[in-house]
Amino acid sequence: MIRSHVLICGGTGCTSSGSMNVKAKLEEELAAKGLSGEIKVVQTGCFGLCALGPVMIVYPEGTFYSHVTPEDVPEIVEEHLLKGRIVTRLEYKEGAELTQPGENVSLNDTDFYKSQLRVALRNCGVINPENIDEYIARDGYMALGKVLTEMTPDDVIQVLLDSGLRGRGGAGFPTGLKWKFAKGYDDDQKYVCCNADEGDPGAFMDRSVLEGDPHAVLEAMTIAGYTIGSSQGYIYVRAEYPIAVKRLQIAIDQAHEYGLLGDNILGTGFKFDIGLRLGAGAFVCGEETALMTSIEGNRGEPRPRPPFPAEKGLFRKPSILNNVETWANIPQIILKGADWFASMGTEKSKGTKVFALGGKIKHTGLVEIPMGTPLRQVIEEIGGGIPNGKKFKAAQTGGPSGGCIPASLIDTPLDYESMAAIGSIVGSGGLIVMDEDNCMVDIAKFFLKFTVDESCGKCTPCRIGTKRLLEILEKITSGKGTLEDIDKLEELCNYIKANALCGLGQTAPNPVLSTLRYFRDEYIAHVVEKRCPAGVCKDLLKFVVDKEKCIGCGMCMRNCPASAISKTDYVAPGHKLPSVEIDPDKCVKCGVCMGNCKFKAISKQ
Amino acid sequence: MKTLAELQAIRDRMKDTVNLRSGSGSIRAVVGMATCGIAAGARPVLAALVEEVSRLGLTDKVTVTQTGCIGICRYEPIVEVYEADKEKVTYVKMTAEKARRIAEEHLQGGKVVEEYTIGAVENA
Repeated sequence: MIRSHVLICGGTGCTSSGSMNVKAKLEEELAAKGLSGEIKVVQTGCFGLCALGPVMIVYPEGTFYSHVTPEDVPEIVEEHLLKGRIVTRLEYKEGAELTQPGENVSLNDTDFYKSQLRVALRNCGVINPENIDEYIARDGYMALGKVLTEMTPDDVIQVLLDSGLRGRGGAGFPTGLKWKFAKGYDDDQKYVCCNADEGDPGAFMDRSVLEGDPHAVLEAMTIAGYTIGSSQGYIYVRAEYPIAVKRLQIAIDQAHEYGLLGDNILGTGFKFDIGLRLGAGAFVCGEETALMTSIEGNRGEPRPRPPFPAEKGLFRKPSILNNVETWANIPQIILKGADWFASMGTEKSKGTKVFALGGKIKHTGLVEIPMGTPLRQVIEEIGGGIPNGKKFKAAQTGGPSGGCIPASLIDTPLDYESMAAIGSIVGSGGLIVMDEDNCMVDIAKFFLKFTVDESCGKCTPCRIGTKRLLEILEKITSGKGTLEDIDKLEELCNYIKANALCGLGQTAPNPVLSTLRYFRDEYIAHVVEKRCPAGVCKDLLKFVVDKEKCIGCGMCMRNCPASAISKTDYVAPGHKLPSVEIDPDKCVKCGVCMGNCKFKAISKQ
Repeated sequence: MKTLAELQAIRDRMKDTVNLRSGSGSIRAVVGMATCGIAAGARPVLAALVEEVSRLGLTDKVTVTQTGCIGICRYEPIVEVYEADKEKVTYVKMTAEKARRIAEEHLQGGKVVEEYTIGAVENA
C-alpha cells in the first residue's frame, strides 16, 4: 500500500543539475530501509522552478525541496519519509506565510505559485509522463472519447471558436478559425502538424509540456484529425530536445497499445496516426511553411503565402499547424467547455499563457498566468524581483521577433492587444528580464546576430537587410556611429518589415525598433558622447583611476594582463606612495584591475 | 484496443493514486512518527490507517500523513485527526486494530471513538 509519493523533476533543467542521481540514491535508500512498498518514486516533467533544481516534492504533505543532492537523500528518507519530520533546511518557502516555525509549506502557498493558474502545464510536475495510466487518471483521453462519441466536427470547431483560444506560438491566430478553414477544403488526405521547433533564445515552455505531458499533445492532435478529416499527424520537434523526443515516442507507443492511435480508435472506426520528425536546429523551420517544407524532406525554406497551409500545406494538401502549448489547452477546453476557458484572461485574449522567465530575475523558470496579468506582478511577485538589489530596466518578450517593455510600462497587461500596442508581442512566451547593467543597443545587436545566423537566405530583405542592420549596430557600439546611422537603421528596419517573405524576416527588426523607441537616448549616447551608459560596449569603455583614492599599493599593476598600468609622480595627501594611471591605448578593458582594487579607486566610465 | 468504458475504468482505478498528489483531503489523520512513536509501534498504525482509508474508498476525503514528536511520548503511538471547523481529536496508545476502528467509525462514520481519546485514557 502506497502512502506517500515522492516526485522528482525529470525535465531538462533538473536533469542537467543531477536529478537522476538523486532519484537513484532515493530508490537505493528506500530499499535499504524497507520502504519501497509504501513510498512511490515518480519521475515527472518540469515544475517550473528550474533555478532551484534538482527539485523534489513529497506528497501527501506537498513539501517542496530544492537543490537536493544525493548526499541529502539519507536525511530526507530518515527524517521525513520515516519519521515525518520535514527537513526544513532544504524546504523552499519563499513568500509563504509561516504561522509557526518548522511548519510544512505547500508549494501552492509560495509567491512563485500562488498567482499562477495552470492549464497547459496542469500535469507538468504532477504525473509521470512515461505512464499513460497517470494521464488517464487526470481525465486524459476523455476529451477524445467525448469528441468521437458525442460531437460532430462542427461542434468541436464551435467550441474552439467560442472559447476564444488563439495560437500560443506567437501570432495569436484564432485556433477554431484555422481548423474551420482546413475542414472547408476537400481532399483525399489532410494533415495535422504540431510545431515543436521551439527556437527563441530563452523560451522552453514547449519543451516542458512535451517532457511533462506528452499525451495531451497526442490527444489534441487526434481530436484535430477527427475535426478536419485527417488520418495523419506529424510532430516536428527539435533534435536538441532529446528527453522530449524520447517521451513523445514512449507516449505514441503507449497510445497505440491502448488503441488511442491507429486504425480503430476507441472502437469507433476513426483512424489516426502520428509520426515524429526531428528538426536539425534551423530557427526558420519554426515558420509554418518552412516547417512543412522540412517535413517533406526538402531544405527548410519558407514559401510565399497564399496559398495558406489550410488550403495547400504539407505535401500541398490542406493542413493545420498548431504550437505545442495551443495543443495542450485543447483537451481541457473540450471537457470543461468554452465558457470555462473564456472566463480566464481578458476580453480578446482568453485563457492562460506560459512564460519562460529568464535573465536578471531571481526565479528563473516557467510560469503560467491568466492572460492580462500585469508584467509587474510577473517580475516582482512571481519572479521574486531582480537579484543583487539592481533596478529593473526592461523585459524582452517574444525573443528575436519581439520587442522590449521598458520600466515605465511595467504595469502593461501581458496579452496580445496590450503587447502589440506598445510595439512588442506576446510571442512564444520567452520573457528575458534586463537590469541597469544591460545595454539596450547591445541587446538589439545580440538578437540581430541571431537572426543573421538563422536567416535562410531565400529572400533579399532578410538575407542582406539583417546583415546591414547588424553592421550599423556594430558601428554604433564601437563608437564610430553617427546620428545619420540611427535614421538609416530605422528606415532599413521598416523596409525589411514590409518586404521580407516570412515571419522571421518580418519580425527581425523588432528588437531594434523597440529599443529605438524606448531607449533612443542610449543610442544617442553611443553616437554623440561615445559612451555606453550601462558600461557594456567594450570599445566605449574607459577605466580610470581616482588619484585621490589610490594608495599606490600596486595590486592592479601586478594583475594587469596588458601591462597598461604604471606609476605616476602624484602622491595624494595622506598617502605615502604615488598613485597609478591606466594607459587607454594598452588597456584591453578586462576589468581585472577594478576587481582587484580594495580601495574602490578604479571605475569604468 | 480499449473502449471508452475501459478507459473510464482505468481512470477510476488510477484516480486514488494520483489524488494523493492533489494535496489534502478535508480530513487529515496525522500519525506521530518521531523516534518515540516508532519505538512504541507507530509504523503498523500508519500502515493500517493507510490501508483502511484506501479500502473504504476515503482517499478523496482523508489524507493520512506523519508528523514528528507530539510531546507526550508516554501516550505513543498517537494519531490526531484534524477536520475543518471541528476540534482536533487526539487518539493515544494506538494499535493497528484500534486504527482500523477509527478509520471505519471516525473517518468514515464521523463518530469519534471516545474510549481511545486522550481524555478517556487520562481519566481512566
